Amino acid sequence: MIVAKRKPIEEIKEMVKGYQKVLNVGCGTCVSVCLVGGEKEVNILNAELEMARKMEDNPIEMGAASVERQCDREFLAELDDKVGEYEALMSMACGVGIQFLAERFPDKPVLPAVDTTGLAVNQDVGWYEERCRSCGSCVLGWTGGICPVTLCAKGLYNGPCGGTNNGSCEIDPEQPCAWFKIYERLAGQGRLDLIKEFHPANAWQDQVPRTLIQPGYEKAEATGQKT
Amino acid sequence: MEKVLKKGHFAFTGELGPPRGANAEEVRKKAAFLKGNVDSVNITDNQTAMVRMSSWASCLLLIQEGLEPNYQMVCRDRNRLAMQSDILGAYALGIRNILCLSGDHCKFGDHPQAKGVFDIDSMQLIAMVKKMRDEGQFLSGGELDEAPKMFIGAAANPFADPFEWRVYRLAKKVSAGVDFIQTQCIYNMEKFRQYMKQANDMGLTEKVFILAGVTPMKSVGMAKYMKNKVPGMDVPDEIIKRLQGVEKKKQAEEGIKIAVEQIEEFKEMKGVAGVHLMAIEWEHKVPQIAEMAKVLPRPKLE
Repeated sequence: MIVAKRKPIEEIKEMVKGYQKVLNVGCGTCVSVCLVGGEKEVNILNAELEMARKMEDNPIEMGAASVERQCDREFLAELDDKVGEYEALMSMACGVGIQFLAERFPDKPVLPAVDTTGLAVNQDVGWYEERCRSCGSCVLGWTGGICPVTLCAKGLYNGPCGGTNNGSCEIDPEQPCAWFKIYERLAGQGRLDLIKEFHPANAWQDQVPRTLIQPGYEKAEATGQKT
Repeated sequence: MEKVLKKGHFAFTGELGPPRGANAEEVRKKAAFLKGNVDSVNITDNQTAMVRMSSWASCLLLIQEGLEPNYQMVCRDRNRLAMQSDILGAYALGIRNILCLSGDHCKFGDHPQAKGVFDIDSMQLIAMVKKMRDEGQFLSGGELDEAPKMFIGAAANPFADPFEWRVYRLAKKVSAGVDFIQTQCIYNMEKFRQYMKQANDMGLTEKVFILAGVTPMKSVGMAKYMKNKVPGMDVPDEIIKRLQGVEKKKQAEEGIKIAVEQIEEFKEMKGVAGVHLMAIEWEHKVPQIAEMAKVLPRPKLE
């Protein structure tokens, strides 16, 4: 899923300092699962902001709303009747949701309350580890299901580099060396031949904004219809 | 250096770190200690991710002083466009050797928040330079006007884990097109002997010149630091004990003695084509080490 972390309260306070009435919009999907931007977190942040502003003698009214997915028009439509009374919108969704919210209500300032940090797995409650950089050309088939683009600090395609340190990455003893793990897994599977081959320079797929239209859906996109 | 190796002489190369500033005199001063004592001098490229005078510019200063530089290039700071244009420029200005490296992660340096480029990795850089040289083409396949006839080098660390895999990674560099290898600093001679045996058995030493990396220890403190703090470095306890066995003032001398003994062994070791001496901030000791290791005079080849 997409994971994010909340911005420091001081940064959020700075963003809302000019406003008295802001609608904070949570998202019920990824950021809700990763405990940062769901309904509960919206209420907590609102309470913090209202309290802080009250103490400054400059009260702010924080509205709360949560939609199932901010990356989906049909759910954002639920907000159409609500936003009018607010000076600005705050979003606790990932960067995708925040932008779609801003696109839906182009007259309203939209403020991010979280920093999106990546595509991650749930290792334990509240503990997430990045696994994918959505590079657009997956190599997992020949790297033993371990992503060097994400998990090697240098993103090497022909690792490991000379900095492997007892199975750890040179940047941090706590960070496993991706290529050491790739080696171990492929060795265990008897598939080391896969990485004995030289892998040529990558054709990066993520250097332009990407639009994806699944086969068979080209027509629907062409009509550009909005709900 | 290419001629020295190809004629079968035991090569002896040195290293020079450019200054943290625009001080050309500093480069010339260090170069003076190396002149006549080594076949070529590696010029580091923002080593340990600290900004320094650019490698190619320092290479030019060396050429002006009558030395042969070995242009180090890391993948951390440039994308494939910048790398190829720098290679063309370097060759046009007389640089003939290039060492292809991944580069230390930015985290170690003076700009830890910088974006590491790593558009291509060191292996792909080797293949790119080879393509430019042998096929007269850019990485994209486009024709280039006059190929840079670089002598292509790379590094190898025989000691980082997984040890069993290291010789295969060397083999990959050979298949990518490398002409010479300079290894990480060697302290664990037993492990290096094993590595070289594997390389000989796999026929790699017939395809690539391997220069054994040597860095003399200046003190017990340095040896402990290398052992405990430098990733991928293998410093056996015997080295530390031997340095501890002499009084503090004589530790540097003992370090040099160890290095000289190593060089003597490398001269006899099957598959080792030379030594790469990395006397870090110790360039003034190079003449003495070269003398003691009996690698002088250096062959003069036209």
